[in-house]
Amino acid sequence: MATLQPAHASLGADASTSAASIPSAGLRARHPVLVRITHWIFTLCFFALLLTGIAILTSHPRFYWGETGNDLTKPWLQIPIPASRDLVPTGYHFILPDENGWSRALHFEAAWIVVFTGLLYGLFGFFAGHFRKNLLPTGAHLSWRSLSAAIGSHLKFRRPPQHEAWSYNVLQRLAYLFVIFVLFPLIVWTGLAMSPTFTAAFPSSVILLGGKQTARTIHLLASMALVLFLAVHILMIALAGFWSRTRAMITGRADAFGPPMERP
Amino acid sequence: MTDTSRRKLILGGLAAAAGVAGLDVAARLAEKYGLVPPDHGGIYGPGETLNYAFQRVFARHSLAREFPSSMISARPFPNEIAPPSDAFKHLQAGGFADWRLTIDGLVDRPAAFSLDQLRSFPRNSQITEVSCEEGWSYVAQWTGVRLSHVLNLAGVRPQARYVVYFSIEPEWWDSIDIDEAMHPQTFLTYGMNDNDLPVGNGGPLRMRVPRQLGYKSVKFLTHLTVTDDIKRFGKGLGSAAPEGGYAWYAGV
Repeated sequence: MATLQPAHASLGADASTSAASIPSAGLRARHPVLVRITHWIFTLCFFALLLTGIAILTSHPRFYWGETGNDLTKPWLQIPIPASRDLVPTGYHFILPDENGWSRALHFEAAWIVVFTGLLYGLFGFFAGHFRKNLLPTGAHLSWRSLSAAIGSHLKFRRPPQHEAWSYNVLQRLAYLFVIFVLFPLIVWTGLAMSPTFTAAFPSSVILLGGKQTARTIHLLASMALVLFLAVHILMIALAGFWSRTRAMITGRADAFGPPMERP
Repeated sequence: MTDTSRRKLILGGLAAAAGVAGLDVAARLAEKYGLVPPDHGGIYGPGETLNYAFQRVFARHSLAREFPSSMISARPFPNEIAPPSDAFKHLQAGGFADWRLTIDGLVDRPAAFSLDQLRSFPRNSQITEVSCEEGWSYVAQWTGVRLSHVLNLAGVRPQARYVVYFSIEPEWWDSIDIDEAMHPQTFLTYGMNDNDLPVGNGGPLRMRVPRQLGYKSVKFLTHLTVTDDIKRFGKGLGSAAPEGGYAWYAGV
């Protein structure tokens, strides 16, 4: 576990602060203000989208592949919950309250906010070097030794070493990159591919996926993957120190005791 | 107060003022170019407006996807409908011979058309998908006359902005903007899959708006009104749907 080498350039929040990477006691800048603001906007929107998404899916908790699917066709997946509508053959003898109206409105409003915020974050990520400096794994990160060490320590739920308050570890980087560049675009794309107007204007958006119901099913799977990410994210934060990590994401500052590359 | 914080305060104030002025200009432009839906108020108004404005800017003339006949669903799912009213049952008993579609409002020649008259107009077909807000969908071949054809017969006046349409069943009405009404795929539908339109799917006459979700395709159509003032109808939100919490613009 002693081999993990945090890159000096990625210690601080940005290049200017990391240049003088000799830490002193007290609090030091950790997260740039744009990352913090967008993080909490994403957090709010994530829960809005998740709760309303669940409300929307209860009106038809059946999922299909291909273009079409309805109560008269065989689902690929039926989530074992009662539906909020009468006709859905769920096997339950009662229906849940129907909250689709406001749920859809809030879902789309939160989706717009997420897309605008995502554009802002993406521009910052590319042009301020956040992706390259803080998220892109280095060659050293990707060596088998480093990877297996990181996986091993995660599997043992070890509290991360102090320097990880200052730099993302390799699994963290890969997970964040996967969320930012795979799951996020995928869930936006599959969401749009369900819209009859959007697909009228851009038919290839749904044809490439293989149909509207496929888009809906992938949307569900991507949301499940995001929920899994959230669970692991919170677990890891709890392991590393919930309040110190959360405070760092709110105030932008983290404890700076001990040298940041101190090895366990 | 230091110079820096004063400068920040002044700059912040200017930025806020510019922001408010910018929003005001944006709102006026949006109104001018018809980007604002009737149900633009409330906390979900910004999202509804963005959805509708996106359609107006990027998809105004685009066509709903059409499918090969091999993709027509074997069993077109008739969604749940309330038990038919006496008025409907009465007309049904007569084989819908007395069914009328009336058109009034901002038209030069208000009219009432029987189903046979509608069938005598140029017949069009489309194989398109019905997508429900619940998530399910099916594909069918829909046959009817373009709404634009009937509107042109009645002579729509230039100031018309919306077409409001009503089901024979109570509290079931909706509206679309004039561009959607004139869109070549917006049909007054009387046939499905080479047969008469079944009652379960909206027969004898159903509005078909394939670029929007199923609930815009109101069943059992009897009345159309052309208007420039959507606020006069119901609670002024454009249709019965927003009164129940659903979006007026249902393209998403």
